[in-house]
Amino acid sequence: MTVPISAYLALSALLFVLGITGVLLRRNALVVFMSIELMLNAVNLTFVAFARQLLAIEGQLAVFFVVLVAAVEVVVGLAIIIAIFRARDTVDIDDVDLLRG
Amino acid sequence: MALVLIVALPLAGWLVNGLAGGRLPRPLVSVIGCGTVAASFVASAMAARHLAVPSDALTATLFTWIAAGDFTVSAGLLMDRLSALMALVVTGVGFLIHVYSIGYMADDSAYSRYFAYLNLFVGSMLLLVLGGNLLVLFVGWELVGLCSYLLIGFWFDRERAANSGRKAFVVNRIGDAGFLLGILLLATTAGTLQFDRLAGAAGAMAPGLLTAATLLLFMGATGKSAQLPLYVWLPDAMEGPTPVSALIHAATMVTAGVYMIARLHPLFLRAEFTLSVVAAVGAATAFFAATVALVEWDLKRVLAYSTISQLGYMFLAMGVLAMPAGIFHLTMHAFFKALLFLAAGSVMHATQGVVDMRRLGGLAGPLRWTALGFAIGALALAGIPPFAGFFSKDLILEHAYAAAQHGGSLALWLAGLLTAYVTAVYITRAAVLTFFPPAGQRDHPHEAPASMGWPMAILALLSFGGGWVGAHTAGAPLLRVLDRFFAIEPAAETVPGAPLTAISVAAGVFGIITGLLLYRRRREVSLGALGAFLARQWYVEALYDAAIVMPAKRLARFAADVVETRGIDGAVNGIAGLVGQAGVAMRRVQTGYVRNYAAAILAGTILMLGYWLLR
Repeated sequence: MTVPISAYLALSALLFVLGITGVLLRRNALVVFMSIELMLNAVNLTFVAFARQLLAIEGQLAVFFVVLVAAVEVVVGLAIIIAIFRARDTVDIDDVDLLRG
Repeated sequence: MALVLIVALPLAGWLVNGLAGGRLPRPLVSVIGCGTVAASFVASAMAARHLAVPSDALTATLFTWIAAGDFTVSAGLLMDRLSALMALVVTGVGFLIHVYSIGYMADDSAYSRYFAYLNLFVGSMLLLVLGGNLLVLFVGWELVGLCSYLLIGFWFDRERAANSGRKAFVVNRIGDAGFLLGILLLATTAGTLQFDRLAGAAGAMAPGLLTAATLLLFMGATGKSAQLPLYVWLPDAMEGPTPVSALIHAATMVTAGVYMIARLHPLFLRAEFTLSVVAAVGAATAFFAATVALVEWDLKRVLAYSTISQLGYMFLAMGVLAMPAGIFHLTMHAFFKALLFLAAGSVMHATQGVVDMRRLGGLAGPLRWTALGFAIGALALAGIPPFAGFFSKDLILEHAYAAAQHGGSLALWLAGLLTAYVTAVYITRAAVLTFFPPAGQRDHPHEAPASMGWPMAILALLSFGGGWVGAHTAGAPLLRVLDRFFAIEPAAETVPGAPLTAISVAAGVFGIITGLLLYRRRREVSLGALGAFLARQWYVEALYDAAIVMPAKRLARFAADVVETRGIDGAVNGIAGLVGQAGVAMRRVQTGYVRNYAAAILAGTILMLGYWLLR
């Protein structure tokens, strides 16, 4: 039995919306960060699904890139979060509003 | 080559004295200043010897200045009999006044600057008279204006001197604007500015255009030569050192307008209307300035108004086609007016700078030689035979009378005659108030040093005997030269010469007698309402103040208070305020919360997706 592409896309969309919701609503920086990972992986799922559907390798290649970039992003992002924590003893992003005009 | 040298020598003196004069010893500065002018005089005399035939002319072309299509102007010099005479007067009188300045300016701290300016002036004036085309003449014309400004404001730490310099500059600019327009009109219509070709091109020009061009050129002359209505700067120019007044504001620069008309006589001869304007302005100025000189208390300003008046005579001569007589009077005037100014300078030197004639007096004793020089100059100015001014002034009056016989107005001659009378009165008044007893002040005036005495002596000699070069009884060598140069047949043969001469001499003699009677024992004569009217210069200055200066000031105030502060500053500040307000409004967008930015990105993405989908 084959899972139809629509199911993959539906799951991907669900994961993406969950990620967006997390980014927009959560206050803990780490959780926001994880939500971003969720969005990235939702996109990955779409790539893989279409790659199989269309029998094209490029989609899977794109996934590798996304995974790689996500790993790099984690390194930088976590470093920033740690730096903020050291400076302010908090990871609540609502307390970090230095750029307010 | 010699021509270039004539102009270049004083300019070289200007460079040396201007750049290094402060570090040179004073005697060397004097030698450079006077020596270059003397060398220039010798070079002029040597060059002039080659002009045996009236049509002879020496030319020198340095380089092509402007070449635009068919229109070319070269930086060229031209010396014919007219410019040779002018160059000799400029360098000759200029040299004497340079020598005089050694004594007069001996105590001045800016000695080398003075001589640098003076040399620059002589060089510029020579460029003016030796220029081979109108553009070179114009360069000299502007340069002498600059020198005039620099030297009037020589003692720039005195506010009046600085203001007078500015006034001279601004008033001259007004005339020069017309002059430049005239040059441009000639350049576009005649197609050449070369003097030798302009004569031919003038014949092909439309009479209306020619009249307009000559009128514009004459406007420049009224500015430079201090005629009505632009005379106002010359009396104020007396704020400069007295030798400068003698050199620039009496003997040479102010005659530039007369020279220009003589130089362009082929053009002016074809523009009859312009000539009548020139004659009328000249006669009116001559009379007007003479009457003002009658009530002036400042000795130098009397001489300044006298200069304006005598320049009026020269323009009158130009206007009645008596160009040789005008140039003759120009030369004689250079002698006796320089002499009068130098004598006035000697008086100031002796009295530590007093020029108010009410505080002078009784100087004939202590300043014997100066008084003698002043008397000779005064007699020449009053037109008493056989002094220099008699021959030239009489010749002009004869021509004015002849012009009236040929359909002109007798008013010109009458104005000239009346002016001759008033001239004799005012110069007698000045001489009486300055030199006759009782003495005006107590300290002991002393005669000028030799360096000031000799130039006065030479000028006195020229003022006494110089007139014979134009005397018909002596063959009038100068006039014969000039007559043929201007190619005008002498018109004076048709008038009764002897009675006219008798009348003009009588005017001078009666003027002197009137002056002696009126001002004997230095009385102050009240002329009543007329005197007040004259003292206010016929209300010309008041009219200018009311009609031009005050509106200009109001306009400036309006521009400063309304246009500048409200208009321009308002616009600039308004835009800055607008940007500030916009910033205040827009800063609310920048909350600093990451989620708001993320939401904005999301909203933007959705909008773009929507656009792509619905397109």
